[in-house]
Amino acid sequence: MSGSLEELILNSLSEGLELNTSDFANKEGVDHQLVVGTVKSLQSLGDIVKSEQINRRQWVVTGEGSDIITGGSHEFNIFNKVPETGGIPQKQLESLPNGKIGLSKALANKWLRVDKSSGDAVIHRKTGEVTDDVKVILEQLQSTSIDGVIDDKKLNDLKRRKLIKQIETKSYSVSKGSEFTLNPVRPETDLSPEMIASGAWKNLRFKPYNFDALGLPVSGGHLHPLLKVRTQFRQIFLEMGFSEMPTNAFVDSSFWNFDALFQPQLHPARDQHDTFFLADPATTPVDSLPPAYLARVASVHSEGGYGSLGYQSPWRLDEARKNILRTHTTGTSARMLYNLANQPGGFTPAKYFSIDRVFRNETLDATHLAEFHQIEGLVADYNLTLGDLMGLLQEFFKKLGIEQLRFKPAYNPYTEPSMEVFSYHNGLGKWVEVGNSGVFRPEMLLPMGLPEDVSVIAWGLSLERPTMIKYGINNIRDLVGHKVDLQMIYNNPICRLDC
Amino acid sequence: MPTINVKRDELFRRLGTTYTDAEFDELCFEFGIELDEVTSEAEQIAKEHGGRAADQSASTSVVYKIEVPANRYDLLCVEGIVQAILVFLGKQPMPTYRLSTPAAPVPVTFTVAPETSSVRPFAVGAILRGVTLNPERYASFIDLQEKLHQNIGRRRTLVAIGTHDLDSVRPPFRYVARPPDDIRFRALNQPEALTATQLMRVYATDNHLKHYLPIILDSPVYPAIYDTDDVLLSMPPIINSHHSRISLATRNIFIDITATDLRKAEVALDTLVTMFSCYCEEPFSVEPVRVVRNGEERIYPLLTTRTESISVEKVNKVVGISETPEGVARLLERMGLGAVATSATVSVTIPPTRADIIHPCDIYEDVAISYGFNRIHRTIPPTNKVARQLPLNKLTDLLRMDLAAAGFTETLTFALCSRDDAGRRLRRPDRGDTATIANPKTAEFQVVRPSLLPGILKTVAASRKMPLPLKLFEISDVVVREHGSETGARNCRSLCAAYYNVTSGFEVIHGVLDRFMQLIGVSDYRLEGSDSLPPYFQGRSALIRARGRVVGTLGVLHPEVIHNFELINPCSVVELELEPLM
Repeated sequence: MSGSLEELILNSLSEGLELNTSDFANKEGVDHQLVVGTVKSLQSLGDIVKSEQINRRQWVVTGEGSDIITGGSHEFNIFNKVPETGGIPQKQLESLPNGKIGLSKALANKWLRVDKSSGDAVIHRKTGEVTDDVKVILEQLQSTSIDGVIDDKKLNDLKRRKLIKQIETKSYSVSKGSEFTLNPVRPETDLSPEMIASGAWKNLRFKPYNFDALGLPVSGGHLHPLLKVRTQFRQIFLEMGFSEMPTNAFVDSSFWNFDALFQPQLHPARDQHDTFFLADPATTPVDSLPPAYLARVASVHSEGGYGSLGYQSPWRLDEARKNILRTHTTGTSARMLYNLANQPGGFTPAKYFSIDRVFRNETLDATHLAEFHQIEGLVADYNLTLGDLMGLLQEFFKKLGIEQLRFKPAYNPYTEPSMEVFSYHNGLGKWVEVGNSGVFRPEMLLPMGLPEDVSVIAWGLSLERPTMIKYGINNIRDLVGHKVDLQMIYNNPICRLDC
Repeated sequence: MPTINVKRDELFRRLGTTYTDAEFDELCFEFGIELDEVTSEAEQIAKEHGGRAADQSASTSVVYKIEVPANRYDLLCVEGIVQAILVFLGKQPMPTYRLSTPAAPVPVTFTVAPETSSVRPFAVGAILRGVTLNPERYASFIDLQEKLHQNIGRRRTLVAIGTHDLDSVRPPFRYVARPPDDIRFRALNQPEALTATQLMRVYATDNHLKHYLPIILDSPVYPAIYDTDDVLLSMPPIINSHHSRISLATRNIFIDITATDLRKAEVALDTLVTMFSCYCEEPFSVEPVRVVRNGEERIYPLLTTRTESISVEKVNKVVGISETPEGVARLLERMGLGAVATSATVSVTIPPTRADIIHPCDIYEDVAISYGFNRIHRTIPPTNKVARQLPLNKLTDLLRMDLAAAGFTETLTFALCSRDDAGRRLRRPDRGDTATIANPKTAEFQVVRPSLLPGILKTVAASRKMPLPLKLFEISDVVVREHGSETGARNCRSLCAAYYNVTSGFEVIHGVLDRFMQLIGVSDYRLEGSDSLPPYFQGRSALIRARGRVVGTLGVLHPEVIHNFELINPCSVVELELEPLM
């Protein structure tokens, strides 16, 4: 088909000077787009034909316009409903199909008049004979499609009435090119095994590629952006010699999550408003908790010890046994430190990390969900200093591409000193908080049985925040949960944190 | 972290220096408080009312919103902040607080009746004499009480404060508990006297007070403080009486604090009197009150000044500096502590304002802050360790990559879901075996997921626009209840993959299982057809048996499950546990 259409076009050009694609399509009774496609295809073979785009505006009759051509205009039909002598009530006319519009147009044309003398409006003819101009014009437009015959005012009126509309058609004026031929040679689209075998490729022309087009999308699956960042953080900790803690326990006792960390039982974080408590299983059996350690924790809270005054408030076992969804992964850190203190052979230095889910019963907004991932790192060794913590953080954040760090004094119930970590954000032009850090309190460490000169330095941050900054995501729901756009996951780049 | 609002001009007048916002921000940063926002009363009102034009009467003078550490009750008012900063900058020494000698031969007595123990067992008190108030001081005094109520008082549950014009009442005072109908008084700003029962009804619609009513509402007796003539001073923790209210003209103030935690009451009292004794005729002196409870007498406020001896070697070791004893002492003085250096130790005097200091490590931190965190030399700890991944997480990460390579896309769904998601929508009968949350704020967080499936199906439902097929997977933890485990519930690493298309694609999911088994090197697995697996369609589901036990299931989802998750096409899934296969 395309071959024969191509022949038709070339023959037509060889006979005349040029052709218009639209007229040509009408004449041959083929689709205009097919003609245009064939011309473009000829042009891809060299300068066989030239083309110039021509834009034409023309009026076409709408569906309602076509109805008028068949059935007459509304005003004409209404006029005919009015008897030659005597009148007809306006209400009766208006109740006819298209009665209102027909009446108003017929009145405007001064074909009809209104008589209100008897109270109710009655319509009378004002003239004997009328011609249906609207129908006539529409017929003209439909048959000739020629502009300029009818004056603009009338056309605009019909356009307002949505009886006609203006459309723009693109066509091409096609003429012979410098390489015009009736038998164009088609270049090859692809290299085939046969061409390679026969050596035919040496004498063939190949069609040029369109390098502006996109390639074929690859098949295969995609990893989730947040978890790609998690992988990078795991990598960083591993590069720095930190071992991974077993944080796979969402449900924890208040004892390990709070009490072991010397977080007072009356602390607001232990409120119903901040923490998810479990209805089922509601409590941890008391024999799950190491009894001697439990007693030491109870007394350091209520009475102090280890150089501390304690909180001087009663400590209740019931409160410690309440099961919660852990509010941080530090409960696992506490267990690991307890194990370090109580392992055969006694304490040995350790470097630990974890990245896992934690839960807060908070008010949700664009940056807060009820669950998020906490990144945590800690070093337990003899005589570590605050300077060691800052130096370590400097190295850690350097691996995230953050060079400038500074530290602000802060408060945290289980670390002292406590420091908020700030980095200079070039985009925002200010210092922004990137994490929290501190030295675990002696009231937390000594009841575990750790030697007195062992310090534990630790820090934490969320996985979501750096990920949102990295990928420019403003609403956390666009990153985590079931409402994320899968296309975002499909299109997400690999994660390199330090560039 | 509590935030307090301070008028900038007043702050700078008190500090005797003017700062730019940036300079003040820097000073705060060094000291460990935070200039959170620079605003004005008018701006704040406009913000609260959604950006509409502020009330014309609202002040446009600049207000600093300053965030202070949650354990520093002494920084909850402008008086405290100014004093701390002036001492920090070395412009003023820390004052010494002392108990004055009462005018009368014995101190004012405040008796705690035994019946209060059933509702609010503790009370303490103190008197500020010869106070000069002005509108600013008065406002700050009220503000500090409110901050203490919210913070150390845990919204008045632990601690509630009442302040009274001492000259309007007659000591001794009694703290009692009475049935609410027997308590009748004119409450602050109320037009007439009402019984406690009536008052609680009035306050049920009071936006400020209604939050505190539940603290005592259901108690058969309510707490009340009376003077010797049976004039009521206060009905804690709700409201004071109109009769004893303080005004700008008040010179002598009686402070009562009632509590469910004695230590917190003592700290709140010390904080209030140390902060406002600066306005007394004899500054920094407080008149004691004798509190009698269960026959025991105690003099309040405690105004305890403690001494703690710290080792300079230890301080230097902890902070990572090398200061002399004298140097350490100088650093501590800037933090408002008394400090005397000896050869190897510093004897530190902790004033009653610093209830946050309970261990020498709190003093080490003050040394570090005073030295300047950012002047401390940063070092790398010498701890050398060989790192080890958690085997389960290592396996998880490796499998994730290969499942993505197999054409499946990873989802990350919530660990919490509704009871319906976990049960009815999956056609799983509720066997009460799901870890359930006691206090969820929304229905989305009723239980911890027992399966990854609801999250994946909700992801499919939210991805209607995406071209088919959808091939999704997740490897993450679910929670199962287990008697005999430490808490009664345990995490279980689960893998779930789903294929959603116009055809059910069981063979695709079966292929995922085969590939998974290939990846972890398990060859002795088989499928055992089962008709009774809840989320699946009859005859199109199987148990996965490996290493002698059932490790998971796979199949075509039941049309009702498809419908329950608002899907329209068939869907095949596999879900299995990783740990038994490691």
